[in-house]
Amino acid sequence: MRLVVVSAGLSVPSSTRLLGDRLAASVRARVEAAGAAGAVGATGAASAADAVEAAGVTVEVVELRALAVEIAHHLTNGFPGRALSAAIDAVTSADGLIVVTPVFSASYSGLFKSFFDVIEKDALAGLPVLIAATGGTARHSLVLEHALRPLFAYLRAVVAPTGVYAASEDWGAQGLDGRIARAAGELAALMAGRPAARAAQPEVVPFAEQLAALRPAG
Amino acid sequence: MQFGIFSVGDVTPDPTTGRTPTERDRIKAMVAIALKAEEVGLDVFATGEHHNPPFVPSSPTTMLGYIAARTERLVLSTSTTLITTNDPVKIAEDFAMLQHLADGRMDLMTGRGNTGPVYPWFGKDIRQGINLAVENYALLHRLWREDVVTWEGKFRTPLQGFTSTPRPLDGVPPFVWHGSIRSPEIAEQAAYYGDGFFHNNIFWPADHTKRMVELYRSRYAHYGHGTAEQAIVGLGGQVFMRKNSQDAVREFRPYFDNAPVYGHGPSLEDFTEQTPLTVGSPQQVIEKTLAFREYAGDYQRQLFLMDHAGLPLKTVLEQLDLLGEEVVPVLREEFAARRPAGVPDAPTHASLLARKGTEEVSTV
Repeated sequence: MRLVVVSAGLSVPSSTRLLGDRLAASVRARVEAAGAAGAVGATGAASAADAVEAAGVTVEVVELRALAVEIAHHLTNGFPGRALSAAIDAVTSADGLIVVTPVFSASYSGLFKSFFDVIEKDALAGLPVLIAATGGTARHSLVLEHALRPLFAYLRAVVAPTGVYAASEDWGAQGLDGRIARAAGELAALMAGRPAARAAQPEVVPFAEQLAALRPAG
Repeated sequence: MQFGIFSVGDVTPDPTTGRTPTERDRIKAMVAIALKAEEVGLDVFATGEHHNPPFVPSSPTTMLGYIAARTERLVLSTSTTLITTNDPVKIAEDFAMLQHLADGRMDLMTGRGNTGPVYPWFGKDIRQGINLAVENYALLHRLWREDVVTWEGKFRTPLQGFTSTPRPLDGVPPFVWHGSIRSPEIAEQAAYYGDGFFHNNIFWPADHTKRMVELYRSRYAHYGHGTAEQAIVGLGGQVFMRKNSQDAVREFRPYFDNAPVYGHGPSLEDFTEQTPLTVGSPQQVIEKTLAFREYAGDYQRQLFLMDHAGLPLKTVLEQLDLLGEEVVPVLREEFAARRPAGVPDAPTHASLLARKGTEEVSTV
């Protein structure tokens, strides 16, 4: 399975990236553990290690900072550069997606939004997504519900019920681990329950059907 | 294979002088460019259709009729004719009139346009863009092939016993290219009718153009018009040349950097690497254009965009001299040498008339 993290953090090191990595590690562990248990039970695999291999999760991180210029050029030109094109392919062919943005001016960052603006609007339909955000204060935590969740609902992604918000203070307090675990469990379950591959769409509607649909009734 | 030019008809300030041509200047320049195209041995001139500033060509058949009267060989076409917002009845009439005046030296390329408000300005709904293209063209196709048409559809008033006049010259409907950049439905439409498919690839990477052209070719074969290799394909291109490639880059860079479409975006170098734009020597243009067939197959019509980004008329005419004298003769030879037997030329009035004659004889 392929798990992709989109991080819109700008600094290096970045707490946005850190949150993304923590979430990815947790999701990966859960998917692999569930896969191993299922494989041992179902097929009697020789060892739990083999089963983990079979249910392996690869994690790919897309750092939007490195794509900022190509994203801007895509907005003005209408086609992606090579690195952006590879990132879009990774995201749209993932089995699960973790998206993490810093809060800028009471919402997701412009860079974060611009990345999703240049992805075809149907390309994320049905994709399990875990939403997450970071900020300097917990006062912005509803950005998950007021900005990120509607965006991914519009894109017809399947958004995990728990989103994870980490304020600066959370990195030195109890509680973040528990929220990460709960959200990761939900995403892992969504990924496991997803049909193996989205059914291939026919490339084109036959013209006769297109024309017939326009024929006046009666 | 046909070689020609297509013009958007934009009025753009020259970034090196700040001078903006008047609408009259630009309209006359388009005509001068078309006449030059014939003079230097090109085959096709096509004009865009737009209904908002900064573009001037709102009435393509008026302009093309005028050019027809002043040329003898040039094929006159459009890039594109808005099949969505124009009444298909008026398209049938306007272009049949042009066909008679130009003695058959014309065809047209249908498209959906690129300016959203044109739909409401002409009383149409942009959400019906594809459906308008489908229904309007189906009617246009009949109006040129049936003397008396009774028709009912969704988007215009019904027709009872209507005859579009004048009837097509020699009973041969004008050839139609369907232009689309992103819509598989239009490639499918072109294939269904056995018409041409034009992919205006000038702002697109090769792999995108390849996918669209392959779709059209496979569906053309599916509908039994011929093999996929025999489908009728046209491509765009844009070039700026000087004998010495460094001179071309130096002279064109301010135009590129400030162009309304790609200015203030990627570098000239990145853009030329990813898209068909070539800025360099005639030899570089030849090499890049010849490479189009590697991803689009052997094709029938190559149109270059030459008058854009605020380039002054004098420069554009110099460019056409280079295109006609140094580039196109080589391209004609090289493309012909590479083309397998059985790949047809672009249809012309003469070839369509000959085919009609054969078909009539064979059905007797």
